[in-house]
Amino acid sequence: MTTTDVTGGTGKAVPTGGANPVDVPLDAVEAETEGVTRGKLVLRRFLRNRLALTGLVILVLLYALSLTSPLFAPWRYDEYDYLSFLQGPSASHWFGTSQIGEDVFAQTMRGLQRSLTIGLLTAAISIVIASVVGACAGYFGGWVDRGLMWVVDLLLVLPSFLIIAVISPALRGSSWILFVLLLGMFAWMITARILRGMTLTLREREFVKAARFMGAPSGLIIRRHILPNMASLMIIDVTITVGSTILLETGLSYFGFGVQPPDVSLGTLIRDGSTAALTTPWLFLFAGGLLVVSVLAVNFIGDGLRDALDPNARRGRKVRHDEDPDVEVERPRTPRARQEEPS
Amino acid sequence: MARFLARRLVNYVALCLVATFLAFALAAMTFDPVGKLQARNPPPPQATIDAKRAELRLDEPIPQRFVLWLGDAVQGDFGRTVVNQSISDELPRRIGVSLRLFLLGTVVGIGLGVILGVASAIRQYRFSDYAATFFSFVILSTPVFLLGLLLKYLALELNSAAGAQLLVFTGETTPGFQGGFWAALVDRVQHLVLPTLTIALGQIAYYSRYQRSAMLDVLGSDFLRTAQAKGLTRRKALFKHGLRTALVPMATLFAFGFGLLITGGTFTERIFGWYGMGDWLVYGIEQDDTNITATVTLFVAVLVLISGWLSDVFYALLDPRVRLR
Repeated sequence: MTTTDVTGGTGKAVPTGGANPVDVPLDAVEAETEGVTRGKLVLRRFLRNRLALTGLVILVLLYALSLTSPLFAPWRYDEYDYLSFLQGPSASHWFGTSQIGEDVFAQTMRGLQRSLTIGLLTAAISIVIASVVGACAGYFGGWVDRGLMWVVDLLLVLPSFLIIAVISPALRGSSWILFVLLLGMFAWMITARILRGMTLTLREREFVKAARFMGAPSGLIIRRHILPNMASLMIIDVTITVGSTILLETGLSYFGFGVQPPDVSLGTLIRDGSTAALTTPWLFLFAGGLLVVSVLAVNFIGDGLRDALDPNARRGRKVRHDEDPDVEVERPRTPRARQEEPS
Repeated sequence: MARFLARRLVNYVALCLVATFLAFALAAMTFDPVGKLQARNPPPPQATIDAKRAELRLDEPIPQRFVLWLGDAVQGDFGRTVVNQSISDELPRRIGVSLRLFLLGTVVGIGLGVILGVASAIRQYRFSDYAATFFSFVILSTPVFLLGLLLKYLALELNSAAGAQLLVFTGETTPGFQGGFWAALVDRVQHLVLPTLTIALGQIAYYSRYQRSAMLDVLGSDFLRTAQAKGLTRRKALFKHGLRTALVPMATLFAFGFGLLITGGTFTERIFGWYGMGDWLVYGIEQDDTNITATVTLFVAVLVLISGWLSDVFYALLDPRVRLR
């Protein structure tokens, strides 16, 4: 990274917007950062955050489990046990069986894998769109800005849940990849807004002006100077998007507007299980529990990343001066709104 | 200020129209309302299908269909459904059901959310603060449909433990209910509790997180110290000076929170069998019904924009600097 000095100097180079004095003494910050690269510093801060670390471990374990479970589980997700209908958890069927003898454990693992994969892929697509739109709108200004922001406004008025649900009949029978693309197309608006705001301030910074006066083309400036300087926020936002997308996807699938029948996701499993939820709770409790745990893990990671990448977010607040690594971040910088948008 | 608000209003109305058009066009392109008719066995004569197509204006260009629909909609006629029922006849009842849910959910959600947020900010790093934080995180990670199902499950346990039908989880009122005003009120409340809770829990978690951080910001500020220095008790300083300032960011969040509420409402209505707008949207999509979809979209867009406007008004009420400008 060529411009680490801007985001890297903890509390030094970042504009001190508020009138409040910095709570953390500067020499302490410098002592902490001396002789350490930014990457190492961020990693160290992240690893010190027990909650975030737990979240990461849980998420990785769950994903690995869902991917490898076909290797050791006694049943496959599309197999039927004709000797066991609607049975509770047992040694042979760890999570029980459904009305038609499907193994709930295998199905849940399959659904978990689908939901997590969809969440990760969508977040990747969304951050690409958001950074291009946000950086272009902020950097070029004028009608580009107005046009793009108008589209953003429009998509905020029209809940993405609604649009995707309306388009979904056209997707019946097509692959889940198309569904991922659709989700990604409607998940980037708020991030783009925030990135645009950051670009507006970055554009006036000396190093960007210098590059411009040296005759660097706009595309290069955006790629080399604008985007790397927004990397922290982008990383945090990807995490948040993963969580919110998983919720959106399961919500759509719950209504039958998402992942389509031969395939399963946590949403379709919960829907199928919930019809008899009151008498056979194992049909949806495992899927539901894993869903909550995974999203919770993602959210903890997001918070940990925010603490590690953006310690200034805490400035000017009543913070204990001793080390308090496990404290939740006080002011989420990106609206959490999207997180629950789906459901 | 007035001109600014007026310009915002024009922009809002334009957004509403474009959003509705977008939904209408997407629905018209993806839906296949005669598919079910064609799939019938034995197949109906071609003339029947053609008549249905003509009735639904399927062969006209989409922009033209939209303009015709909008022209009627402005006069209060939102068209007919695929099965030829009037949308306008059903609309007021559905809107009533949805708005009741939204209003109660918002009031309970914001009220309790603000209280919870302030409480955990004042008692920062105590057990109650950690408990509230944990609660918010879990709720924010739970989709509304799961929350609704779990509450239903708990209510059933509660009912069987109490040996009586304390909470009801289907419909918004008992069909054919006979009884006096008070009995009817009790009946309504029994139906209301669970859906309202389903919607409000998410709102409480959402608002309390932000209220907590806003309040923490204020707690460390100089003006609060000054207020106490000039002789106000801590309680008075906190509530007269602190809370008011800490509420300002909430006004901006309100618009976001409301959008979230609408989608959450769709799930809640479906799970608890309330025939509101959200339920109608799902029904409309399942029935390949363009008119229902467009009507619900218009309703949602108008609500989102009203909440955006209300958000501006709250802001002006809470922050005198906005009013003076």
